[in-house]
Amino acid sequence: MSDTHAQTVPFVRETMLPPAQPPTNEAGAVSWLRQNLFSGPLNIALTILGLLTIYYLLQEIVPWLMRSVWEADNIAQCRQIVAERWGAGATGACWAVIRERWPQFLYGFYPQHLYWRPTLALALLFVALAPVLFSALPRRLMWFSLAYPFVAFWLLWGGSVFLPIMVAAGFVIGWAAYALLHRFGTIAAVAGAVLIPILWWLFLAGDLSRDLAGLLGRSAPLWLEPVRSDKFGGFVLAITIGVSGIALSLPLGIMLALGRRSDMFLIKALSVSFIEFIRGVPLITLLFTASLLLNYFLPPGTTFDIILRVIIMVTLFAAAYIAEVIRGGLAALPRGQYEAADALGLDYWRAQRLIILPQALKISIPGIVSTFIGLFKDTTLVVFVGLLDPLKGITDAVRASTDWKGIYWEPYIFVGLIFFAFNFAMSRYSMYLERRLKTDHR
Amino acid sequence: MSEVIERQIDRSHMQVSDEVAIQISQMNKWYGSFHVLRDINMTVHKGERIVICGPSGSGKSTLIRCINRLEEHQSGQIVVDGIELTSDLKNIDKVRSEVGMVFQHFNLFPHLTILENCTLAPIWVRKTPRKEAEEVAMHYLKKVKIPEQAYKYPGQLSGGQQQRVAIARSLCMKPRIMLFDEPTSALDPEMIKEVLDTMIELAEEGMTMLCVTHEMGFAQAVANRVIFMDQGQIVEQNEPGEFFRNPKSERTKLFLSQILGH
Ligand SMILES: Nc1ncnc2c1ncn2[C@@H]1O[C@H](COP(=O)(O)OP(=O)(O)OP(=O)(O)O)[C@@H](O)[C@H]1O
Ligand SMILES: [Mg+2]
Repeated sequence: MSDTHAQTVPFVRETMLPPAQPPTNEAGAVSWLRQNLFSGPLNIALTILGLLTIYYLLQEIVPWLMRSVWEADNIAQCRQIVAERWGAGATGACWAVIRERWPQFLYGFYPQHLYWRPTLALALLFVALAPVLFSALPRRLMWFSLAYPFVAFWLLWGGSVFLPIMVAAGFVIGWAAYALLHRFGTIAAVAGAVLIPILWWLFLAGDLSRDLAGLLGRSAPLWLEPVRSDKFGGFVLAITIGVSGIALSLPLGIMLALGRRSDMFLIKALSVSFIEFIRGVPLITLLFTASLLLNYFLPPGTTFDIILRVIIMVTLFAAAYIAEVIRGGLAALPRGQYEAADALGLDYWRAQRLIILPQALKISIPGIVSTFIGLFKDTTLVVFVGLLDPLKGITDAVRASTDWKGIYWEPYIFVGLIFFAFNFAMSRYSMYLERRLKTDHR
Repeated sequence: MSEVIERQIDRSHMQVSDEVAIQISQMNKWYGSFHVLRDINMTVHKGERIVICGPSGSGKSTLIRCINRLEEHQSGQIVVDGIELTSDLKNIDKVRSEVGMVFQHFNLFPHLTILENCTLAPIWVRKTPRKEAEEVAMHYLKKVKIPEQAYKYPGQLSGGQQQRVAIARSLCMKPRIMLFDEPTSALDPEMIKEVLDTMIELAEEGMTMLCVTHEMGFAQAVANRVIFMDQGQIVEQNEPGEFFRNPKSERTKLFLSQILGH
């Protein structure tokens, strides 16, 4: 041992070396190119192929976009202008159709003098979403978020203000029933909180709101000009269905996910069969069911709004997917979290609400947002039950006019861009949320 | 073997009273057809500090998890603080709020700060006002010597610190009984010491404690009784001096020679 290092000169470093620049071919653009695009024969071939593809696409699209026409009365005029400016045989984008028909893409056949109502509803939507999405905002704004669905309903469909108020009153009544019946046990309280509002809505709310409306007259602050559901179309329709579906499917999905993991056989069996059935059936089937079959089941004479029916079906569909996404998040939590919550004496609902769901939902954010994006895009399928979705319903309506017969790409690009803007915003928000909720410091 | 316990133990408050804290009689438990716990009879008096040891798989964890019903027993009786554990959920929640539990892997809630971890149960189970709950939490965090970490998240703390937070979190519920399931076995040696110190302080204040642990130094210094389990049965129990010096059964001798032998 002692002479192993006999030859080694003792050494102590006295000055530390400063960091040096890397050699030029190891840093910067050249190195990046070499590593990522030209690292071997296969990679070089793929790079060249990729560049050629991009070039091919661009040389088709860019000139077409460069030759855009914004001012024309119909497609023939558009083509004429393109031919005049860029020579016969040239093709160009005819954005004049968007310029002339954009209100239809956004509002469908909603009465023109009432455009302000859906616009205001959308603006208020952002106000209502703000406290939900950003926790830094004062919590008191949540009251507006809770009231928003009723405000939006009234703005969109109009009629007497008492109808949404009476519907909202049902929720207050349910809450009061729960509070009053609580001392008779949880089951009594829940049953009361569910049944009493249903009775209220079925037998009292309609008549009461009609009577009040009749009593107080049909004047401005209490009465808005009613708009029938078949006037809805375009993005007013897509956003109405999409936002309602999103807002309703998340809580339903959570309940289904918890139900599927429940120890209670009946609840578990119901949740599993619901989820598997809904996921196993195409959305279109559900929409057809909504538009045709429900009429057979409902008592004759009841009118059950088609948009409402579609919202219910879209919600059920998305909820089944969300339930599975959340179930994945629940399964990912270590058993110790449940045990710690139990050991502290938290009951089932508190443990779920305070410990389990916040963590499980955080894990599930990407999946949940994907489902939301899918749901929003699927709203275009309502065209199959005769509603005017922006993509096919409205585009076909526009093309059906003699002026714009034969227009093809421009409406689709326009509608696609608007969908993209909404979905991209959702995707970015989910990434922001994941970053903000990252507390595990792994 | 007791190199981790350096200090003098203050025994002035360590008094065992006649009052019964936990009474287990003729208790049996099966996992499926596997008989994990067999005919367990055990009485724990208020103020006792009991160490449970035994080979892996002998049912130590299962036994103490039955005491707050994290596991269900199939026959026999468990009475905690006068409340019998049956399938009645109200009783279970009552027992759980009186009995604190510390786990091998801490099981802190990673999405909450240290302070929130400590105030959660007092606020939601005991209905303590938030401000008061925070004061109590800070008091116990000071006691386990990490008040300065209160606003951090569990993931930012070392293992020993996390385990001390877990102890503080249990103490915030002002439990009458504390259960420990191998609280130090996931920790590095220097962290073991800080956690054991915390547990010793707790014992000095007269807390009724049941600890599953292989820290024999802790058992000798603090416990008033050591229980040795094997194959789901209580094989031997004695006060620690006798237990270590004169183990009666062959199994105990073998076990002790294995863990103290080197
Ligand atoms: N959930 C379960 N299902 C089936 N068997 C189980 C379950 N939990 C534990 N067991 C078995 O029960 C026996 C006792 O387990 P227990 O965890 O109580 O042992 P232990 O004494 O705490 O061991 P260790 O020192 O390794 O923690 C073991 O044989 C184990 O395999
Ligand atoms: Mg164990």
